[in-house]
Amino acid sequence: MKLIYTDSLVVGAGLAGLRVAIASKERGLDTLVLSLIPAKRSHSAAAQGGMQASLGNAVKGMGDDEDVHFQDTVKGSDWGCDQEVARMFAHCAPKAVRELANWGVPWSRVSAGPREVIVNAQKVTLQEAEEAHGLINARDFGGTKKWRTCYTADGTGHSLLYAMDNKAISMDIPVHERVEALSIIHDGQRCHGVIARCLITGELRAYVAKSTTIATGGYGRIYEVSTNAIICEGIGQALALETGVATLGNMEAVQFHPTAIVPVGILTTEGCRGDGGLLRDKDGYRFMPDYEPEKKELASRDVVSRRMTEHMRKGKGVDSPYGPHLWLDITLLGRKHIETNLREVQEICENFLGIDPAKDWIPVRPTQHYSMGGIRTKATGESPQLKGLFSVGEAACWDMHGFNRLGGNSLAETVVGGMIIGKYVADFCENNSLEIDTQLAEKFMRQVQTEIDTLVDGEGHESPFELKREMQRIMMDYVGIFRNGPELDKAVNELKALLERSRKLGIKCKKRHANPELVEALRVKRMLKVALTVACGAAARTESRGAHAREDYPQRNDRDWLNRTLASWPDANALEPVLSYEPLDVMKMELPPGYRGYGIDNAIAHPDTAKREQQIAEILAELGDNADRYQRQAALMPFELPPSLQAKNERLSDTLQRPSANALGEKS
Amino acid sequence: MSQGRQLTFNIFRYDPQEPNDKPKMVRYHLTETPGMTVFIALNKLREEQDTSLQFDFVCRAGICGSCAMVINGFPTLACRTLTAKYPNGEITLMPLPGFELIGDLSVNTGKFMRELAERLKLWLHPKANDISIHRLEEPMAPEEAARLYELERCVECGVCVSACATKQMRETFVGAVGMMKIARFELDSRDARTAEDFYHVIGNQDGVFGCMTLLGCQDNCPKDLPHMQQIAYLRRKMAMTLV
Repeated sequence: MKLIYTDSLVVGAGLAGLRVAIASKERGLDTLVLSLIPAKRSHSAAAQGGMQASLGNAVKGMGDDEDVHFQDTVKGSDWGCDQEVARMFAHCAPKAVRELANWGVPWSRVSAGPREVIVNAQKVTLQEAEEAHGLINARDFGGTKKWRTCYTADGTGHSLLYAMDNKAISMDIPVHERVEALSIIHDGQRCHGVIARCLITGELRAYVAKSTTIATGGYGRIYEVSTNAIICEGIGQALALETGVATLGNMEAVQFHPTAIVPVGILTTEGCRGDGGLLRDKDGYRFMPDYEPEKKELASRDVVSRRMTEHMRKGKGVDSPYGPHLWLDITLLGRKHIETNLREVQEICENFLGIDPAKDWIPVRPTQHYSMGGIRTKATGESPQLKGLFSVGEAACWDMHGFNRLGGNSLAETVVGGMIIGKYVADFCENNSLEIDTQLAEKFMRQVQTEIDTLVDGEGHESPFELKREMQRIMMDYVGIFRNGPELDKAVNELKALLERSRKLGIKCKKRHANPELVEALRVKRMLKVALTVACGAAARTESRGAHAREDYPQRNDRDWLNRTLASWPDANALEPVLSYEPLDVMKMELPPGYRGYGIDNAIAHPDTAKREQQIAEILAELGDNADRYQRQAALMPFELPPSLQAKNERLSDTLQRPSANALGEKS
Repeated sequence: MSQGRQLTFNIFRYDPQEPNDKPKMVRYHLTETPGMTVFIALNKLREEQDTSLQFDFVCRAGICGSCAMVINGFPTLACRTLTAKYPNGEITLMPLPGFELIGDLSVNTGKFMRELAERLKLWLHPKANDISIHRLEEPMAPEEAARLYELERCVECGVCVSACATKQMRETFVGAVGMMKIARFELDSRDARTAEDFYHVIGNQDGVFGCMTLLGCQDNCPKDLPHMQQIAYLRRKMAMTLV
């Protein structure tokens, strides 16, 4: 048996995984990263628009701070998130942006003086402060009170990933490329590493480690059309599920992005709308103000996606061979803006649509985009069930997103979560010794070997490509933007039938080394389990919250559903997961459930909400007027952070006066 | 948009790990669909005709740089190459030359790029190591940030390396990708290295003085990076360190 051991093992070399690896290496720990692909090709690179951090340098970001970012995040989540985690995140986001500047990210900077922007289809001139010149700039994104999204043109993920990987290379962190983790080594209580397969030679290896961090991204590819890279297949979540012990959280929380191009589903950034782009229907009519008079195109993603779908159902979509779509109009931003700040969008339009977005409207429709659900962790990133198993980034349900993620908060989560959880991982490695149980590793190695032998030499005849296509269609048709009981039940039943068929998979290509069909077969079995946790979770949740919209239960129901879905798969032969629920305690919330600001306020209140509001008022009254915002926050909901991340964030506003209404581009 | 046209693919097939396998070209036929890209076509061929066919795609959106291959004689990104671009419907696919072949159209660009980064030390060498992440960041001229991003758009696809005649003759030549990255750090006001430091790395036959200026890099770069300008700039800069 090939056995490789290390202190800190990280599976996945995107931003979150690399950041944890760097944090481990910084503490002198032996660190090793596994990746399906070269690190710089990870899906993190595809994030275009930017990451949220309340620096407040730009004039439209003035007055921003951790409190506002926290509130936006909680509201965006439709009160489904873990508020303490959202606090940890909002506090560290500015630190992560500044750290990345030190590592080489060329953040777009503020230019002092007049700056022409488009707000609500009008040209507006902002006056940027002299003192802000050269500091990190921000653009507008949906669902945020302030302009908070830091960016490098529209290649933010690319710039961040390159800086992060360069940093990892400078620290001599090895990345084992083209290696796929297939099983977690564990004894029911403690995680000891993974069994992984080299995608070139086919060799199986046991990677044994003190800590194992799953940072494999989301599960978008269980859907037929997704903006995700084709490797985002939920294998990390499946590995956790297959331990039979670890739980996944809120798997039914799946986000659809309003503006992916038709038909291929490639994303055009929210920055298009943030910078002033509009949505139009088949008549060229700008319809969003009719539905969301206040936020219009910049309502939260789940809201915009639903409104677009509603509008198309009214027959207002543009017909195409691929079904109806709507238009994204960025022509009003002007060629110069597009060629500098929306360059990737321009390239995508030219190459995949043959159009010029400075002249032509872009055909778009809502498309699967982000997985809020994932491997359930504590605030430290560790699985509550399996000691030594950590997860971070989109792979995890750390739970700062709840049932809907704000644009710009995913890129932020990778580097902020990586920064925080990286420290907890390093602590764990320092406080625990490496246990090498070769018999245990061999047991898991044999299981994977048998699985491969059965696929290559067995009697099975089911095609992995066919099963995958059917799964993707089911998810698309029945577990999409709008959901209902009968369709979800249908999805569950059909997926179960597919899972059963996946036990009879057979492959035509019999190679044991580089064999794409074998890879597909090993993945599709795992993906089906992930798809079932999504469908079962969605069928069971009889309310609408964030991105989970039930036509038969349109109200958010805090009374019965203010909780987090947990899914585990204790019986390997079962055809569906076991669901349980973890309540969210209103009495501990800094921001008790309230109106999110979209559509009618029809939520069914939780009995504790009024009680907690009353309590908060009392706590604040007791503190008196002299307490600063940090003291007020600490009195309402204390939260933990590693000591080196606890310092307050300095801002330009600490030295500047509030800008005039005129400078903000607001009409007096 | 052409529909229903018969496409013919001539694809390089070779599995270096199969002891008896020999490199060969294999013909496949496929019905074209609207908006078909080489990404879509290859996946269809694998699913329907030959499940052993090896190739690499990740983002399929022209962002990640995984899928460069030689299409009808030119190295480019396969994911964003529309089949409609070829009027006679005949498409020949070869793996990117200059890299270790994994099998068929799959080459190990990742290994190459990591070794290059280690060799040329392609990361920011900050002037100061103790910049606090809790304090206001250091300002940077907005124009500098924009210029840095322009050079940083490289996706390490390897097209410039495969299109480079110098590289084909000189194994150790750093290629346009190496020089573009050096140019990027040379421009960065946060980087502590001087022109002399960079001279030690690229002021030789493996670097700027090895380039024959045939500019296959500039002609084929899928990100339209200004290779010609940057190589000329670096060459001049390196020469200036000697006076």
